[in-house]
Amino acid sequence: MIVRGNERVLVQGITGRQGTFWTERMQECGTRIVAGVNPRKAGETHCGVPVYASAVEAARDDAIDVSVLFIPPLAVRDAALDAIEAGVKKLVILTEHIPVQDVMVLLSAARANGASVLGPNTAGLVTPGECFVGFMPAFSASIFRPGQVGVISRSGSLGTLICLNLVQAGHGESAFVGIGGDPIIGTTTRDALQALDTDEQTRAVVMVGEIGGAMEEEAAEYAADMSKPVVAFIAGRASPPGKKMGHAGAIVMGDQGTYASKRDALERAGVAVLDTPSDVGGAISELVQ
Amino acid sequence: MNFEEYASKLLLAASGIDVPRGRVAVSAAEAAAAAGELGPVVIKAQVPTGKRGKAGGILPAGDDAQAREAAHRILGMDIGGHRVERVLVEEQASIAREFYAAVLNNPASKGPMVMFSATGGMDIEEIARTNSEAMREAAVDIRVGFDGAAAERLLTGLELGEAQQDVADFLVKLYACYCKHDAELLEVNPLAVLADGRLVALDCKFVLDDSGVKRQPELEGRGTPERLTALEERGRDLGLRYIGLDGSIGVLANGAGLTMTTMDVIAHHGGEPANFLEIGGEAYTKAKPALELVLDNPNVKSLVVNFCGAFARTDVMTEGVIDAWQALAPEVPVFFSVHGTGAEEAIAMLESRLRMTPHPNMDEAIVAAIAAAAGDGP
Repeated sequence: MIVRGNERVLVQGITGRQGTFWTERMQECGTRIVAGVNPRKAGETHCGVPVYASAVEAARDDAIDVSVLFIPPLAVRDAALDAIEAGVKKLVILTEHIPVQDVMVLLSAARANGASVLGPNTAGLVTPGECFVGFMPAFSASIFRPGQVGVISRSGSLGTLICLNLVQAGHGESAFVGIGGDPIIGTTTRDALQALDTDEQTRAVVMVGEIGGAMEEEAAEYAADMSKPVVAFIAGRASPPGKKMGHAGAIVMGDQGTYASKRDALERAGVAVLDTPSDVGGAISELVQ
Repeated sequence: MNFEEYASKLLLAASGIDVPRGRVAVSAAEAAAAAGELGPVVIKAQVPTGKRGKAGGILPAGDDAQAREAAHRILGMDIGGHRVERVLVEEQASIAREFYAAVLNNPASKGPMVMFSATGGMDIEEIARTNSEAMREAAVDIRVGFDGAAAERLLTGLELGEAQQDVADFLVKLYACYCKHDAELLEVNPLAVLADGRLVALDCKFVLDDSGVKRQPELEGRGTPERLTALEERGRDLGLRYIGLDGSIGVLANGAGLTMTTMDVIAHHGGEPANFLEIGGEAYTKAKPALELVLDNPNVKSLVVNFCGAFARTDVMTEGVIDAWQALAPEVPVFFSVHGTGAEEAIAMLESRLRMTPHPNMDEAIVAAIAAAAGDGP
């Protein structure tokens, strides 16, 4: 999923502290915020846009392309179903600690209605020079500037560091796609890789993975047939097995989800796997002239 | 959160699934009394881990004297790092046939998966290895659910004989139990046909989705808490994920990915991390108690503070670290790398209040911290 500056964005939970702070940042970066949702503040104006009781009502007045949810964990399922019912085709779900069965319900509804979901537990999307959706420091010129490198990351903080290193090495990003740290997410590493593969601005991809699950192995199969070069960093090599390392999805169980399995799969697919994020700038410089 | 067998079976029974009669005992005397009531029994160690039988944690007992003896041997055992605090005293079953059944969260289909094998009793890896054909799987659309017809489709061709209908009914109940309790895994192995034809869940493993705990208040306190060190417990009470490790380089970073990476890069440069501690997400305002936690580990010889702000504001985190630093006046050297949201303000604060300039990148901060911990740093 890549977000574009002409897309109309709805903010569910716009009036909260975080919703307000990040709506203002998104507006400063060119994101076309057209409305917000808070059932208790319907009819008011917030951050210069109208507030509606639901996404369905907001969509009656103005078509919505993307909805971003600043919503507490137990309320996300219903908010997402509201957005899907409203016809929104791209949902960005930032919230962490949503019950997994709620995630399954909203992903099933999205699938049935042709909608894509980014997250949960993601920091969002950035298209430097155009807009961003979520809570990424897209306004920082030392981290994001328009360029040709696509970045996929399960982690917001580590993805930010990778982008910083790219810019320090003289590169820029075509798009940042934060996919989220939960075990079950709407847009997988492979889905994001495919989106960047077909994106004309993107000439190379940095894949930032983590221990746990099998998404990097699955993405490696796709990367093997790509003509664009891919480099990867996988976090968690020094993590003990059997422990959830902060993200619900970052856990090695038995021989499942290990660093070695991911690195092997990626290297067999011709993907260079870096030992430290600081090497990413140099690695990309060798690939993109 | 993991649940022990007896706690898992209470959920099955409440969902209408047959389980053996049993009593929980915390002493040999209680086990003997339970056996006196139930007749020939099995004494089973209650720990949230597999391989209890191989470890000697499951013993048959023909009468109350044998039950006392068996419970005496099992209570206090260490199985897979867990001390046995209680046993389940359960009536013996006369087993005609053993199956495997489970419902679990399946990342590949992004929904629940129902699994069944007509071969049970051994662990699932073993079933897969000896006969991968034997495992039947059904990816379920959670909005559609799993009904009797779906169960019959799953079981088609398995030749379960008279048990066929009972197994189908059982799978529907198992799926309902999984949904009702926000399970991440609900496994029955073995599911047994007894000599008298009854279908009974002889063992059960229930894992509760940690994100579902807050809407399952009746399950609170019934799971087995993760075993934590004193520092890890303090972290949990503060709402912080702290994991103690064996090394000497303390780690304070924001976000799970960056914190893991800080550990990885310490190891890459030849050092050993002392801990995992992340203060990203909503925890970014807790830098002060977090720093106290890291420094209370006596093995810490130097400290890396690695912030890269996205949602988490580095100025807020850095202010907390500086406050804590000035209050605690620790003697260990600290090495900063600060980037992202709020970094300019954070760096200005470090320079004015601690007279410190962050390193330009995390590798340089980490290399300096490793050198300092080894005693040859500045």
